Amino acid sequence: MTELRIDSLSKDFGTFRALDSVSLDIPNGKFVCLLGPSGCGKTTLLRLIAGLETPTDGRVYVGGADQTEVPTHKRGMGMVFQSLALFPHLDVADNIAYPLAIRGVDKATRRARAEELLELVQLPGLGSRRIHQLSGGQRQRVAIARGLSINPQVFLLDEPLSALDASLREHMQIELRQIQQRLGVTTVVVTHDQKEALTMADLVIVMKDGVIQQAGAPMELYHTPANAFVAGFIGTTNLMPCTVADGVVSVLGHAFPITEGDRIAITSGEAQLSVRPEHVLLGAPDEGLPAEVSFLRDLGESLHVLMRVGDQEITAHLAPGHGHDLVTGQTVGIRFRDGEKVVVQ
Amino acid sequence: MTRALKTTYVLVILALLLAPLVIVAAVSLNGPQSLRFPPVDPSLRWYGELFRQSEWLVPLRHSLVIAACAAALAVAIALPLALYVWERRGIAARALTGMGLAPFALPPVISALGFMIFWMTLGGYGRIYATIISHGIFLVTLPLVTISLGLKGIDRSLIEAARVMGAGRWGVFRTVILPLLIPYMVSGYAFAFVLSLNEYIIAYMVAGFTVETLPIKIFNALRYGYTPILAVVSVIFAALSALIFGLIGRFGNLPRLLGAERSQHD
Amino acid sequence: MSATPVQTAAPRWLGLWPAAMLTLFFLVPFGIMLAVSVAHRDVSGFYEWSFEWDSYARFLSAFFGKVMAVSISVSLTAAAICVALAFPFTVFLSNMGHRAQTRILVVLLSALALSEVIIGFSLSTLLSQTAGIGNLFHWLGLIDEPRAYTPSLFALITGLCYIGFPFAVLVLYPPVSRLDPEIVEAARVMGASGPRAFFGVIVPNLRGAIVGAFILVFVFTLGSYLLPQLLGRSEHWTLSVHITDQAVYQSNLPFGAAMSVFLMLVALALVGLASLAGRERGAA
Repeated sequence: MTELRIDSLSKDFGTFRALDSVSLDIPNGKFVCLLGPSGCGKTTLLRLIAGLETPTDGRVYVGGADQTEVPTHKRGMGMVFQSLALFPHLDVADNIAYPLAIRGVDKATRRARAEELLELVQLPGLGSRRIHQLSGGQRQRVAIARGLSINPQVFLLDEPLSALDASLREHMQIELRQIQQRLGVTTVVVTHDQKEALTMADLVIVMKDGVIQQAGAPMELYHTPANAFVAGFIGTTNLMPCTVADGVVSVLGHAFPITEGDRIAITSGEAQLSVRPEHVLLGAPDEGLPAEVSFLRDLGESLHVLMRVGDQEITAHLAPGHGHDLVTGQTVGIRFRDGEKVVVQ
Repeated sequence: MTRALKTTYVLVILALLLAPLVIVAAVSLNGPQSLRFPPVDPSLRWYGELFRQSEWLVPLRHSLVIAACAAALAVAIALPLALYVWERRGIAARALTGMGLAPFALPPVISALGFMIFWMTLGGYGRIYATIISHGIFLVTLPLVTISLGLKGIDRSLIEAARVMGAGRWGVFRTVILPLLIPYMVSGYAFAFVLSLNEYIIAYMVAGFTVETLPIKIFNALRYGYTPILAVVSVIFAALSALIFGLIGRFGNLPRLLGAERSQHD
Repeated sequence: MSATPVQTAAPRWLGLWPAAMLTLFFLVPFGIMLAVSVAHRDVSGFYEWSFEWDSYARFLSAFFGKVMAVSISVSLTAAAICVALAFPFTVFLSNMGHRAQTRILVVLLSALALSEVIIGFSLSTLLSQTAGIGNLFHWLGLIDEPRAYTPSLFALITGLCYIGFPFAVLVLYPPVSRLDPEIVEAARVMGASGPRAFFGVIVPNLRGAIVGAFILVFVFTLGSYLLPQLLGRSEHWTLSVHITDQAVYQSNLPFGAAMSVFLMLVALALVGLASLAGRERGAA
């Protein structure tokens, strides 16, 4: 059964088209990340699902029922806002139980439910604290608990972790994913952080300029990007203009044969070649595409070798123990690992 | 300039502001019915006298009733006005804001004469309700400014969050907007209350001959020569104003209410 | 973004109540006052509806020209003194701690709210022969006999400064306290002395606010009604006093209304000018 269905949804702000005929089917219980640079329409899509904006065109269904005309407060969704939007005049428990209070649930039940949710987010006993007494991470957890307090059919989160520092953010990503798996709630998260999307999501939707570029499982997007934008946005990669003809990819005047496992979307003509830095191999100058080493960056866990071929920059990531004899200014020959070339539009 | 010099400057000016009141406070302690400084025969006699003489008690009651009702009316007009204007930019919103701000920005004698002619034409001239309504309209500006400031401080996402969680328009107002606005409504009420209490010309021109308020009574009494009761009333009024503003300062953020954006962060 | 919210927090009909109240009790009185200003004076005490410029014509006499001139020059003097004193005061105030600011603001608000009657009474006591500074000067041996300093022009301007000063501080307070303290610090780091930084950085940055405050204080003191009667002589009466005098004691409502309309036009023009001056910096 399809839990959340978006049918050719569009949204204009004046003359600006924020969302352009987007369609999506999100199965029940999935964790979905809307990923893209700022201004790509991901937040607009989330707000349309919540009913905080009215679509210019298209429809939103939840569990088969058309929600497009249903006002926000009758959709029964859970949501975590970027600013968290915790109520400063209510204590933690009243914040969490707010959706229940609005629905007329009695006080004892509300208190019990709030405590239950506080345990879920690992803040037991903090119900009577004021919001300003909490740390950033604690506020995050309270906002998540509040979003889940009515067991929503759909749980929406708008850049929920962006205010946290890096290490806490990674920790919360894992925890959020674990909570979602335990409850099995259909979840949609807006993020601009591709690592966050890869960590949490069953399904990643990459957007740009109000249009979906690609939707798929994280590793599917990583290994088989639909276009150069997705290849560059998910993970790091080397993007090089190339021409494809007769089983050969020509890059910067050097021909590389297509091998088994290479993903070649364009079989002839101009295209883009994407090769991840860990699949760039170095050898003697006559063994491949000659390039000059311009910078060496030793991170201990890997050695990043920055190279130039004319105006084109190419980066290789070498495993520990390799490349210690390299020096800046040296010329090397670049090859690509068999089966790791990706040719896209 | 050094810090000490700056502080001295501020303190000297504050002292000058307080000087007349100190003199009046001292004068109010005079025993005999005369105006002497330093006071002769210091006693609290005239403070007791004030509460025994109905010629002073009646105006005092008028003033309090008018101020309490007029301030309530001002808030009752300002709250919906501020809410309406909050999310709207159109001509109607701007015209309403202008009407809410204008009475207070103009010299009060203009409003006073307008009200006087209005109540003369419609009846109501010389009645206490005319003074109440006139003060209520004249003072709308104060709660309008404080409530608008409160609304400006409400994070939009709080309202969106409440809506997503199931609150309709009324629910959002009752559970989010109103609780966050209450301090601003109270300060607006207090500002309007104190100013109504001290207002002279409108009260005088609308109903001065029949509904005597305390400032009118003081002015009338001044013509018949000074008595220490005048000083007593002045002291009580000044103390009451200071008490009310002191309470706002104690329980609210006075610098922010008066428009300082910076100090809310510390 | 020009996003129209799906639902505003306040419904449209909510505006009807304040609109009705303000129209009925603010616009209508003004309308009636305008009508009365061109009405014909009825000697029995009121007026009869007509359309004539007589009241306005009467206003353009030498006598009221002088009244206006006195009114304006007294208010201008007081406004200039107030702003000159209030500006450094406000700058120092805004650099104090939150608690000190709150306390000083309480004092200012209390002084501002104080009825003109009480201020007039207090000041006349302070300047009186028996209980005032005259006594003090006599005691100090500065003058031979205790004397009164009221009523006089000096007493009137002192009184206007007393009511105008807290108002000036409160008008200056928002722009002054929002001035980025780092621009002053930057000037100091780059070698400007305290006074240099004050006149070279703070004053120019707040020029619009100062001009705006000056105009608003001017309009505020122009509206003073009781102080001229309590502290000044009859030749110092302001337009406000004359308006009341005509309306209440001379029973000449049309003339009072005409002067009122004139005063309103002057005040509106000045307030408009003040908000323009204030915006000059606000846009940055």
